[in-house]
Amino acid sequence: MKLATTLMASTALTVAAGAAAAESHGDMADSMTLVSWGGAYQNSQQKAYVEPYLEMNPDVSATWDESSNEAVAKLRAMDEAGNITWDVVDVVASDAIRLCDEGLAMEIDHDELLKPAPDGTEASDDFGDLIVSDCFIPQIVYSTTFGYRTDMVPEGTEAPDDICDVWDTETYPGKRSLEKRPINNMEWALLCDGVEKENVYDVLATEEGQDRALAKLDEIKDDVIWWSAGADTPQLLADGEIFMGSTYNGRLFSVIEEQDQPVGMMWDAQVFDLDGWIIPEGLPDDRLARAKDFVRFATDTQRLADQAAYISYGPARESSAPLVGKHAELGIDMAPHMPTAPDNAGNVFVYNYEFWADYRDDIDAKFQAWLAQ
Amino acid sequence: MSKLKSSGQQTADAPTPEDAFHEAAALEDHPSAPRGSKADGPVLSADGTPLKRSLNRALRMQKLRALMLIAPLLIFVLVTFIAPIADMLFRSVENQIVSNTLPRTTQALAGWEAEGADSAPPEAAYEALYVDLFLAAEAKEHTRLGTRLNYEETGLSSLFRSSGRDMDDIGEDRIDALEDANEAWEEEGFWYTLMTGGEGAAGNTALLDEQRDRLEALTGDSYAADIGFVPGQAISELLPRTARAYAAFALYTVVEDEDIVAEEEPWERVKIALTQDLRDPATVQALADYDGPGAEELRAAADLSGGFEEIDFKQTFLEIDEDWGNVDNWQTIKMYSPPFTSGYFLNAVDMEKTPDGPALRDEDERIYGLLFNRTLFMSLVITGCCIMLGYPVAWLLANLPMRTANILMILVLLPFWTSLLVRTSAWKVMLQQQGVINDTLVWLGLVDDASRLIMINNQFGTIVAMTHILLPFMILPMYSVMQTIPPSYVRAARSLGATNWTSFWRVYFPQSVPGIGAGSILVFILSIGYYITPEIVGGTTGTFISNRIAYHISSSLNWGLAAALGSILLAVVLILYWAYDKIVGIDNVKLG
Repeated sequence: MKLATTLMASTALTVAAGAAAAESHGDMADSMTLVSWGGAYQNSQQKAYVEPYLEMNPDVSATWDESSNEAVAKLRAMDEAGNITWDVVDVVASDAIRLCDEGLAMEIDHDELLKPAPDGTEASDDFGDLIVSDCFIPQIVYSTTFGYRTDMVPEGTEAPDDICDVWDTETYPGKRSLEKRPINNMEWALLCDGVEKENVYDVLATEEGQDRALAKLDEIKDDVIWWSAGADTPQLLADGEIFMGSTYNGRLFSVIEEQDQPVGMMWDAQVFDLDGWIIPEGLPDDRLARAKDFVRFATDTQRLADQAAYISYGPARESSAPLVGKHAELGIDMAPHMPTAPDNAGNVFVYNYEFWADYRDDIDAKFQAWLAQ
Repeated sequence: MSKLKSSGQQTADAPTPEDAFHEAAALEDHPSAPRGSKADGPVLSADGTPLKRSLNRALRMQKLRALMLIAPLLIFVLVTFIAPIADMLFRSVENQIVSNTLPRTTQALAGWEAEGADSAPPEAAYEALYVDLFLAAEAKEHTRLGTRLNYEETGLSSLFRSSGRDMDDIGEDRIDALEDANEAWEEEGFWYTLMTGGEGAAGNTALLDEQRDRLEALTGDSYAADIGFVPGQAISELLPRTARAYAAFALYTVVEDEDIVAEEEPWERVKIALTQDLRDPATVQALADYDGPGAEELRAAADLSGGFEEIDFKQTFLEIDEDWGNVDNWQTIKMYSPPFTSGYFLNAVDMEKTPDGPALRDEDERIYGLLFNRTLFMSLVITGCCIMLGYPVAWLLANLPMRTANILMILVLLPFWTSLLVRTSAWKVMLQQQGVINDTLVWLGLVDDASRLIMINNQFGTIVAMTHILLPFMILPMYSVMQTIPPSYVRAARSLGATNWTSFWRVYFPQSVPGIGAGSILVFILSIGYYITPEIVGGTTGTFISNRIAYHISSSLNWGLAAALGSILLAVVLILYWAYDKIVGIDNVKLG
């Protein structure tokens, strides 16, 4: 009830703001194509800001394209064909950096395009360090962490709460699932091989460090099922195929809270990553104006907080955090399920974009060669 | 005689009065060579043209008509299929991005040879790099080049990205000195008049066109527009560097930023170019006789130039990032400066370009050879499995009464009509450790609960799932060939005393071989390029080369390497096809 009133109040406020913005913009296209990941995440976007936006602008229509996992390649192909059909694209931060490098995403002035926080803080300060690229408009903070089957923990032992329990196959027998790429896995391996958290990327930059990480991963290679789609680990956990596996925290939330599976979250050494919007370079003026108008609305403080009512990802604005309420259907408090919640964020690892932009190709070649052996 | 007649029939369907007229005329013209006689000279047709030509013309008309009938399809296939594939495969050797983005640097590096670890390139290369990188950073093309070169040398991506940001700051002191001396150097209008040489001055369009080409190569956009600026002939001879830099600035301002040249202050790069020009004693000498607009200011600035600090470009770049002193980085730029490269193909066969020629990669980075071998091996196994499983089914289909055969046929086709993803996921449910098969085996007591069989996420899983998915492609051609084999042959063999086995092996089987051939080619070629099923059920040991191609297309964006891998795969398929034709003969392949 309370949520509903806040929602209504905020909608009313933004209707007024939106109307003012629309007048000043003039010519805007009346349809837009949004690109996202599909599933629960896209649903949260649809509910939290696409539907309110369409309500405010009844003559506008929005089409979804669930192509975010191939967004970089598809945008490049569109650019070469000279026909960009997307208006706003949801990508992870590392993809945003690459799209920006390739000149496929538009550079924006965050303070000019995005709304300030309700207390007047400029957008660039409100988002802070999360603006990792000139083209990137952050939306959520998500984390890659481990979930485990609570019913498969051997009797008399404590539930796993340390990243290195992944390597401890004696105490915690059963298969693990890890993503089929070096990112995150190499860092975890080094952490459990005794490297200090702040030195991980320095070590990983060296040949010996890379060999060291692979040697550590080699210890559990026979016990690992490698996943490539975010839905794999939740499925493997639900089937009891694995004891523990890494995936996005929102997926685990839905396994635990929505599907009631006997699964627990480990949170230790969770890796923070970002997801957000980019606007493709080279849109015609009317579509660009619409895309900007939509993004401005969709990333304001209230909208980002609203999104957290549908999925357990943390809003990227600092000012949104206090506004996070209850889950829209389950009615449970969402704040404790956020990766940024103090209880969960005891030991956090921050993904190093710069490092992976440089080393991705090199380490990936080694990682894949190691996998294939 | 008969030849002549047939030609007449080809040119016209029935004799007409006109034909008779022509015949008569022909007879009159050539009384010595009456129609149909075996005389010397070319045989003529009814209208007097040589028969050969007339025949050819008739045939050409027919061919043309046939061609026009298939033209829509042909053009469609060419435009939507062949051309994109050719374009994609061409990327495996294309490498113009380096010389387009860093034209001067690659020139400066042409004469440089690295000797030892600390033989960084000469100062000229660093100055050229500044010139190139400044423009590339303005056009935001430097990061693309960084991504491209990072495939070859780790670290170049961030080196280019971070250096691009600092290009504006190079030589700040000099610009300050220049502007402190005279504020005119900050005025857009003054610069514009200076560089055009004033009203009615002779223009240097060649220089402008040269910069047009340069920017077109860099950005891939068209710079053909009229920009309302032509560099003056006199000033561009006096200050060549400045004129070039200003022309590039003018073009970029008008075409990309859509501003007016005379209303924009030039880039830092233009001012640096001016100070570089003024440091040249020859320029200073020539300046004494110069009387165009801005001559006074130029002379004043030239006097200042003694005070311009010399820019040590090498030092500046090293301060921006010490990696600019790394010889390996420079060698990579030099090695990849030609417009075409063998680098992608070398990568695709686990080799790399080195200054001493191609060399094998480190053992822990070799992967493609392994994957190609695995892809070929597993495709052969899958084809073999399909033959073993498909042959009896096809035989049954061909020999049962029509009614029963039709029902069985639906059973073959039903999975064929089901979505590929659904079928693959179904295998996951069947084969996994907590899956249907393992559960059944444990329930029957055949397998211990603790040691359930591992049947998925390995080669076995891929082979099972792909055999199932590709089976219809084997059964259908076999079935249609077997249908045409008369049952009486086997009966005859039996009645002549052959055993069951002999009559099958010596009589029936040889006649069914064309079906096996067709099915095998289909299944093998399909499986060699299969992607989704190995990705889902293949784990680490059951993935194909196509999974790596997909990774390079959609994830690493290394399309050149993906194209090289694809070209090799295509070549392998064509070679195998050719070998098949030599050994079995493609005439022996029948789809029905």
